[in-house]
Amino acid sequence: MQSTVKPAIPAKALAGRDQNLLRLLVMLVFVFGLMTVLRPNEFATLADFNSMMRQFPEYGIMAIGISLTMITGGIDLGVVGTANLSAIFAAKFLIGAVPQGAPPEQVLPYLAAAVAIALATGLLCGAFAGLLISRFRIPAILATLGTQQLYTGIAIGITNGRPQSRLPLLYSTIGNTEFFGFFPLSFVIYCAIAVGIGLMLSRSRFGTCMYMLGTNAKAARFAGLNNASIIIRTYMVSGILSSVAGLIMMARANSAKADYGAPYTLQCVLIAVLGGIDPNGGFGKITGVTLAILILQFLSSGLNMFNNISNFYRDVIWGGVLILVLVFNRLFSIRAERRAVRRSMA
Amino acid sequence: MAASILKVVGIAKSFGGVQALKGVSLEIDAGEIHCLAGENGSGKSTLIKVISGVHEPDAGSIEIVGRRLSRLSPMEAIALGIQVIYQDFSVFPNLSVMENLALNMELMDKRALMNWGRARAIAAHAVSLIGFEVDLDERVENLSVADRQLVAICRALLHDSKLIIMDEPTSALTKKEVKALFAVIKSLQSRGISILFVSHKLDEVFEISERFTILRNGENVAAGSTEELDHRTFAFHMTGREFAEASYKSDRAPGPPVLSVKGLSQVGSYEGISFDLAQGEILGITGLLGSGRTELVETLFGISSPDSGSIEIAGREVRMRSVKDAIALGIGYVPSDRLTEGLFLPQSIERNAVIGVLGRLCNSLGLLNRRAVAELMSKWIAELSIAAKDPSLPVKTLSGGNQQKVVLARWLASELSVLILNGPTMGVDIGAKYDIHALMRELASKGLAIIIVSDDLPEVLACASRILVMRDGAFIQELEPATTTESRLGELSTGVA
Amino acid sequence: MISIRSMTRRSEPYVFAAIVALSLLIQARSGQFFTGNNLVDLARALIVPALFSIGCMLVIVSGGIDVSFTAIASLAMYVTDKTLLASGYSGSVLLAYAMSGALGLLMGALNGGLIGFLKLPTLVVTLGTGSLFTGVMYGVFAASASDVPPAIAAHGKQTLFTAVNLESGLTSNMPSQVLILVGALVLVFLLIRYTMLGRGIYAIGGDEAAAERAGFSVAWIKLFLYSFVGLLAGITGVARISMISYADPSTMLGMELTVIAAVVLGGTRVTGGLGTLTGTIFGVTLMTILANSLILIGIPTYWSRVFTGAVIIVGTGVSARQIGSARRRVRTLQKEA
Repeated sequence: MQSTVKPAIPAKALAGRDQNLLRLLVMLVFVFGLMTVLRPNEFATLADFNSMMRQFPEYGIMAIGISLTMITGGIDLGVVGTANLSAIFAAKFLIGAVPQGAPPEQVLPYLAAAVAIALATGLLCGAFAGLLISRFRIPAILATLGTQQLYTGIAIGITNGRPQSRLPLLYSTIGNTEFFGFFPLSFVIYCAIAVGIGLMLSRSRFGTCMYMLGTNAKAARFAGLNNASIIIRTYMVSGILSSVAGLIMMARANSAKADYGAPYTLQCVLIAVLGGIDPNGGFGKITGVTLAILILQFLSSGLNMFNNISNFYRDVIWGGVLILVLVFNRLFSIRAERRAVRRSMA
Repeated sequence: MAASILKVVGIAKSFGGVQALKGVSLEIDAGEIHCLAGENGSGKSTLIKVISGVHEPDAGSIEIVGRRLSRLSPMEAIALGIQVIYQDFSVFPNLSVMENLALNMELMDKRALMNWGRARAIAAHAVSLIGFEVDLDERVENLSVADRQLVAICRALLHDSKLIIMDEPTSALTKKEVKALFAVIKSLQSRGISILFVSHKLDEVFEISERFTILRNGENVAAGSTEELDHRTFAFHMTGREFAEASYKSDRAPGPPVLSVKGLSQVGSYEGISFDLAQGEILGITGLLGSGRTELVETLFGISSPDSGSIEIAGREVRMRSVKDAIALGIGYVPSDRLTEGLFLPQSIERNAVIGVLGRLCNSLGLLNRRAVAELMSKWIAELSIAAKDPSLPVKTLSGGNQQKVVLARWLASELSVLILNGPTMGVDIGAKYDIHALMRELASKGLAIIIVSDDLPEVLACASRILVMRDGAFIQELEPATTTESRLGELSTGVA
Repeated sequence: MISIRSMTRRSEPYVFAAIVALSLLIQARSGQFFTGNNLVDLARALIVPALFSIGCMLVIVSGGIDVSFTAIASLAMYVTDKTLLASGYSGSVLLAYAMSGALGLLMGALNGGLIGFLKLPTLVVTLGTGSLFTGVMYGVFAASASDVPPAIAAHGKQTLFTAVNLESGLTSNMPSQVLILVGALVLVFLLIRYTMLGRGIYAIGGDEAAAERAGFSVAWIKLFLYSFVGLLAGITGVARISMISYADPSTMLGMELTVIAAVVLGGTRVTGGLGTLTGTIFGVTLMTILANSLILIGIPTYWSRVFTGAVIIVGTGVSARQIGSARRRVRTLQKEA
């Protein structure tokens, strides 16, 4: 029974999959346009773009990490703890090891070592969470709730909750480099990560395995996937991304502290969901996540320009937008389902 | 002749312009066991939903105990004595047997408060109706599937039922449990309760019911007394096609064994299992649920490890620590539960098919070669005649048979030497079933060694070149399909003559 | 009537044993655990998380999750506080509770409506509404730490009794808000044990489709549930500010994840259907002791979060194992079928 391909159906199905991206794009353009119209002299100026590019990478990178874990059907609530712990280890090392008043070329190897320490910390933090989830079968939401407490606790414990400042000047100098006098290093790092992870998800074997595992862990096992290894590697990637975010936060604040970025956790989950990552696993794209980050950033930067409007309206709009998108998606999918039922009966 | 308890005439029902039922009629007498059969999509479920008041028919009449009704709500249907026992039994796994039995009654009575004393009394009464012995305080999730079903049956009896509709009640039961269920059904019949038994297994239809109705494409195609039925006419009515199957015989000269199992044991599952499997052979393993058959083949696929004994592939002893190891050794496995173990339902047909061979479809950078994936996919769609409109659609849009072909496709791409199929045609339409059987024979004739685990005895007889019967974790007999019968196989696997 | 077999399958005894072991350890090392003032201090610290945990347990039992209850509590109490201050209200504190509870109920009803009638996923909905409510508090009401009206201040000073530590001479007052906790426990116990509505919450958590077929109005039960949780949260908000005597908008934010962890630690099944008040209170107690009493054995408070994290991981790990082994037997049978 070799059937001929009806072009109408696949086209519709593809549009259905990318509907979310399209909606996000429309929303982005809308927010951008609104802000430009309301604040033509401030919003979307070069200086404003520059400041936006400094702000979003730290939470954006963590949002990508959380998105990856959500695609495999889990969640990583430990990203902020991992970021701060990594930064604190790196800061402690720099403060302790770099001699006072050393010339830049002597400091450079220490910086490289500090970055390596941070990345290794992130990797280990992620691996531990992955181990708890895959080997000990603790639900991801609880395991990472625990690791978040644990990592933040260690970070508070070894610093007595105080900020670790007095970092070598070179660190923040490098960290705040701007390429072509315009693109901050953190923005360039974000772009590299988004492209790299996006490619990994859509084109690599590991990415496909993550989607499949997130859809049905049992079937993945029967198809010969090594579930434990995929989960551990996913949380390791999330951990490394968190430590990169930690290093960026450290460069921005010129210090490391156990409670930096505390509200980022739920905000990142929100970004992931709004960006189209299925909270039940198996679906979602980095493009969507990036669009969601940009929408949030435009909103927040734009609102900053109204002196009489608190930046907390961002939370209101953000929460409101999420609920509206959900309601809209729901009503849309009810209709799509009805249509699909009709088609399948045909 | 007893008065009819249910009489539906000319029921039509369409969903969004699609006719699911095109004027179906069904009549059930008081105290009768009636079988309703049909393939997936034949309109069986829609008809049940019309009878139980879930769907309102577009046309036709419903007459219950002589009362002609134009409209019927689910609550009215229950009040008139119609009860449906769904395939998932609709029980609360986290609540006690007592609550499961009493809650519906209490809700029917519109009570706002929970009276535990009354609940216990209701539950005790309910289980006493069929002499079901169970701890009323036990949580239902700790019961066996058969016991859960009995809970559902007891619950139905509480409502002074006149007609109990059972939707594929045996699909999750062992042979022994099916016997027990049939005894319960007979005892219900002796109280004057009618049963509408929905099934597509002929032997069950024969054994339990007196009359049958077969639906196809939303229409009545046959009805009558069960005695007039045989395998061939049953299959013909269900599918509208004629099938003939001869038993499979390998035409290869027996070569050295590809797979050789010696004294394999796993405590609590199976013991002392030994057999050889040669190229081109189809080995049938049959046995009851709990006989250790699934545990055995899962061990051969690296899912669990044996406690003693050895497995040899092409003469070399191997140890499999994971599914990955088994696949590397050329072993493929089609699991028994397609929906939860075999497929990633919302993912694309393409992803489902290529998941096992992703490594080979990557370029030197480790990125997937999309063209290679597409080429491979169209090759399989053609070879296995998978009725797929577009490989990027979710696999759940396919019918059961086509879904199973996608699972098979996953293995055909790999360099297999042994393919193990566990219940390969469960829940598959008869048409697709024959396609899958034909494919198995073709693969075997090309030199693949196949193990088929099934309790569908006609299937084992038709496909296997050799049959091993498993009981209580051990092989008890080896049989030639040509010289044995279904009843002999049944006797051996149950241990009762 | 509870058999020994089902006793060992429950997790309450294990959590209880952990509480006993921990308190004995602290007592042995410090001699200060079983003193009147320490126990009263613990009870005081327990009230707010325990009130939250009751609602949280009900939501998890129904198969959902709620991360918005702290935002509801904060916004409800803040609006109440500001309104009463502005109107110069000097009557009974009951009005404050009623008003905050009513506001909480409305916010909970929004959750319940979206979850029950539109069937939206609970985590995402409550994330969104949580963000919304926090934003409204800080944005619309420009919240910052504020005074409390006299009624609430006076209520905060009401004590049931005063415990004195004979050795150190330290005293601790048992706050009257503990009565709210007791009242809520009794009310919810009656709800889940003796009403069809309460049984409905468990039934939905067990199998939603079956609950629908059995005749439960699933959407309405969910609306009730989330509204009730909102009501409890609103009341908890006022209890909180009366105990600390000023309306700090951030005092409860961020507690939600620890409360969820405590509830699961107390044996509530994450996937829904199972959960008891006893276990929940045990779980909250264990977390409260960890957060408050480790200092008695010389562990600085800086390290208390490490222990909280470790207990969440070990505790949920153990219960994951238990559930796993209990289900495996049934599952192997089912799988073949």
